Amino acid sequence: MISFRNVWYSIEGHSILEDVSFDVPRGATTVILGPSGSGKSTALRLLLGLARPDRGAIFVDGEDITRVGEARMRQIRQRMGMVFQQGALFDSMTVGENVGFALLEHEEPAEDELEGTIRTYLTLVGLDDNLIDRMPDQLSGGMQRRVAIARALAARDPLILLYDEPTTGLDPQSAERITDLIVRLRDQMGKTAIMVTHDIADAFKVANTITVLNEGRVVFHGTPVELAGTESPFISEFLAPFRKAVQSASSRIIPGARRSAAPPGPQ
Amino acid sequence: MVETVQDFSLFSAAAIRAAFTLPYYGRELMNQLHFAAIGSLLIVVISSAVAGQALAIQLARELANTGAKTELGHFMVISVVRALGPVLTGMVVASRMSAGITAELGAMRSSDQIDALVAFGSDPMKRLVVPRIIALLVALPALTIVGDALAVIGGGFVGTQYHLPMEAYYLGVFKYLTPKNILVGMIKPFLFAVLIAVVACWRGFTSEGGAKGVGVSTTQSVVASSVGILVTDGICTRLVFRILGW
Repeated sequence: MISFRNVWYSIEGHSILEDVSFDVPRGATTVILGPSGSGKSTALRLLLGLARPDRGAIFVDGEDITRVGEARMRQIRQRMGMVFQQGALFDSMTVGENVGFALLEHEEPAEDELEGTIRTYLTLVGLDDNLIDRMPDQLSGGMQRRVAIARALAARDPLILLYDEPTTGLDPQSAERITDLIVRLRDQMGKTAIMVTHDIADAFKVANTITVLNEGRVVFHGTPVELAGTESPFISEFLAPFRKAVQSASSRIIPGARRSAAPPGPQ
Repeated sequence: MVETVQDFSLFSAAAIRAAFTLPYYGRELMNQLHFAAIGSLLIVVISSAVAGQALAIQLARELANTGAKTELGHFMVISVVRALGPVLTGMVVASRMSAGITAELGAMRSSDQIDALVAFGSDPMKRLVVPRIIALLVALPALTIVGDALAVIGGGFVGTQYHLPMEAYYLGVFKYLTPKNILVGMIKPFLFAVLIAVVACWRGFTSEGGAKGVGVSTTQSVVASSVGILVTDGICTRLVFRILGW
């Protein structure tokens, strides 16, 4: 459904992505994993048409979006819902106006219908629908991120969801709620999704496939199990802190109490 | 430098093109109109009243010394309506609005809100830039009229301190408050409005580097708008004298 083919992108001569290729099957969640500055968020920006690659093609449902005009791109974007890093809620609008933004932008729904839709999506992401009249800055970081997910979902029920570091900066409990929600959206609603993160635990929890980027290049693409078994020095080094933390916690707390998300070690 | 001019020109062209196409965001426009007009009213009133009286004191003393104090109304109208009023109001509004617009849009840029608008199918030019241009196009000429009126009225009170009767002062005022003089003065606020809005929005949209970058962009926006107003005023005055002979 989504396919990056030999994508190159640079800013002012500084290379950001180099020959990036990977596929995201329909209904699956692909996690783009990598250290900070590896070009993960840029891949999402290119997919949304917020920037154009220097070379290569990006296919959405078979259509190369690098060759379409802005008007067509606007139509393609309507199939996508984006959860930005830090939420990017419109701070001059209420929670309700944020969630209903895309509906108000493209349609003229009746007030009751709009309010009903907003309350439905707030409830879906586990928020009290009485928050509808609050301003974003009156919410906690975790709540803001869930409003951002509700906004993405309410945008004409998109087929594709894009998450840019949705758990960054959140406390563990809020982060867990967000990843649970992402898994639920994948399993119950069958959304195709790409999640960008540098959090390995989150990646293993939500991913059907994982693409690892390092310095703008794809160094791995496969399933979480394949990632855990790879012998690439970069991957081993990248996963090492996480493995150590899990092993240390397991041995200190309850023997064998590894989180289900923990990647198995190389066989 | 060439790249900056090119970027600014492309941004200005896109903004002006967007201003002539649907949709228009009424609520955004009303918010911006309130921010520009009502929000700037007090500082325009204070600055115009004070500057008008200062000018009138200078003129009244010189005119009294030369025995031409009845010309105070005439000189006040020419000075205020044609030259000082639009520039003073423009500078006061520019300092407030440029900073406000650039800081707001710069913060939206750095928190991905502008990208979010695009991602959810909105056009940031239409939603953010056009309402600000239209609001300033309405507010700045209106504020200029208020400022001019206050400065000229203040001149009348100063005149009475130099034993110039109000009737004589206003005789001079209305004699020279001609359509030509009003037109020369009232063309400028429209040009200043577009200049302030486009420069401020452009600096906000191109702001980079978080809080520090927003601060730098805001400073540049205020400086560019202020200098731009003075340059535009100089060009306008020359054109009016040379081409129209007014």
